Amino acid sequence: MSSIAEVQSRSAIPLSELRPGSRRRVVDIVARVFVWFAFVAALVPLVLLLYFVTSKGLPYLTGPFLTHSMALVPPNRAGGGIYHAIVGTLEQVLIATLIAVPLGLLTAIYLSEYGRGALRTAIRFFVDVMTGVPSIIAGIFIYTFWVVGTGHGFSGFAGAMALAVLMLPIVVRSSEEMLLLVPAELREASFALGIARWKTVLSIVLPTASAGIITGVMLAVARVTGETAPLLVTVFDNPYINNDPFHAPQSAMSLFVYNQAESAYAPAINRAWAGAFTLIAVVVILNIGARLLARRNRLIR
Amino acid sequence: MAKRFEVEGLTASYGSKVAVDDVTLTIEPKTVTAFIGPSGCGKSTFLRSLNRMHEVIPGATVKGKVLLDEEDIYGPNIDPVAVRRTVGMVFQKPNPFPTMSIFDNTVAGLRLAGVRKRSELEDAAERALHAANLWIEVRDRLKEPGMGLSGGQQQRLCIARAIAVEPQVLLMDEPCSALDPISTLAIEDLIAQLKDSYTVVIVTHNMQQAARVSDITAFFTVMGPGEPGRLIEMDATDKIFRNPAEKRTEDYITGRFG
Repeated sequence: MSSIAEVQSRSAIPLSELRPGSRRRVVDIVARVFVWFAFVAALVPLVLLLYFVTSKGLPYLTGPFLTHSMALVPPNRAGGGIYHAIVGTLEQVLIATLIAVPLGLLTAIYLSEYGRGALRTAIRFFVDVMTGVPSIIAGIFIYTFWVVGTGHGFSGFAGAMALAVLMLPIVVRSSEEMLLLVPAELREASFALGIARWKTVLSIVLPTASAGIITGVMLAVARVTGETAPLLVTVFDNPYINNDPFHAPQSAMSLFVYNQAESAYAPAINRAWAGAFTLIAVVVILNIGARLLARRNRLIR
Repeated sequence: MAKRFEVEGLTASYGSKVAVDDVTLTIEPKTVTAFIGPSGCGKSTFLRSLNRMHEVIPGATVKGKVLLDEEDIYGPNIDPVAVRRTVGMVFQKPNPFPTMSIFDNTVAGLRLAGVRKRSELEDAAERALHAANLWIEVRDRLKEPGMGLSGGQQQRLCIARAIAVEPQVLLMDEPCSALDPISTLAIEDLIAQLKDSYTVVIVTHNMQQAARVSDITAFFTVMGPGEPGRLIEMDATDKIFRNPAEKRTEDYITGRFG
């Protein structure tokens, strides 16, 4: 048992003698080196990826590349472009977002604000299962049920539905996390003012969580913009410009990269690199755009 | 503008755990009534059952009658949302809405109840902020975020927000426990003014505060762990603090227990 006197005498040791002993210093250095190493190791693939895509893709990223389609361009010739695929991707991702975000957000609101008991547990479980569905399965599902089943054939809309299936669980889980972060005191403050529950959710809870929800939606958008497998069996690809997402095959940027990279000819491979660079650039631009939008009604802390 | 509460045999529980058992009391209009007692005695739970905020917690139930001017707020045709408009509440921790400005916070209740006219909202905001003794401090920065105010100002903003919807009764759940002495004094002065027009009920851990601000004091206690809280004694504040009828009240007030 240490007496008060002992504690006092210990605190009377001069500060210079309280420096860490050699063992503690060694552990500190080892841990530091390990943390730095892990950080660099995680960064290397990312930097290399950006380096290769930029160095191989940027030289072929020309004005004509961004404004032309692949119509009538043979794989062994230079020329042609990604315009038709940009149109396809933007339309498909936009439609997928329009389907997945309202459904996902409403589900998240149910889970965090209204759901009780077994139904909530069941929905959470199935959303988690959906998160793990391989993307090709989502494609095959839409292929079976929409493309072939109802006889609509390939279209951008079919691809958008497959992408929506992939987005939905991400939107639900990330939005739910954000809604649960909103302090219960704010809901109570609102109830105590005589504000009904649905109004509280709309006017207090959602605005407070909006920045986080937008980040989650952007993650989901970035995730599906690069999807290739489900689009192969739903959108099919098309070298011509097709502005109508509801009829006939379309292209998409991921399909463009996939098909060009498969070729044996150098001009096609170069187009694949330029396409990969464009795809990354589009995702980055969408992300920055959403962040600027979110900043307008940012959380004040 | 002020209403009387008559509570008969109220029992409030969380699931199977009874928090406060069989409370019968009357709260007079235009007075300040203080609830004191040790932690876990159910005084906050009891307060929250006076505006149907208790049932917001999953599994929470209430039995008994709470008559607000002869009308049972737990009656079959009563909308809890309407009860809460009539019986406002201020919480322990200041909780202004983080996405809203000072002005928007003050009129949040009115606006969400459907008041749209700008002039009407401006009048209401000025009145409520005056009543909460905050107007002079914030009149030049109504558009700034409510979270930018100090803790004491935030709490007065919350009081202004509660008053703006013109309730009949104001419930306060330890409104000063997160504040420094100067802000506490500002709130206590405010409570003294509020009783001219409202029925005020305040839960406090600070017995000096109860003695300073209240006209009537109710003492709650709990016999032991797992036991429900009970109302022991309720009387004029002077009497409770000078000459309580119950030994347990005297023990608590003189600091012999709790």
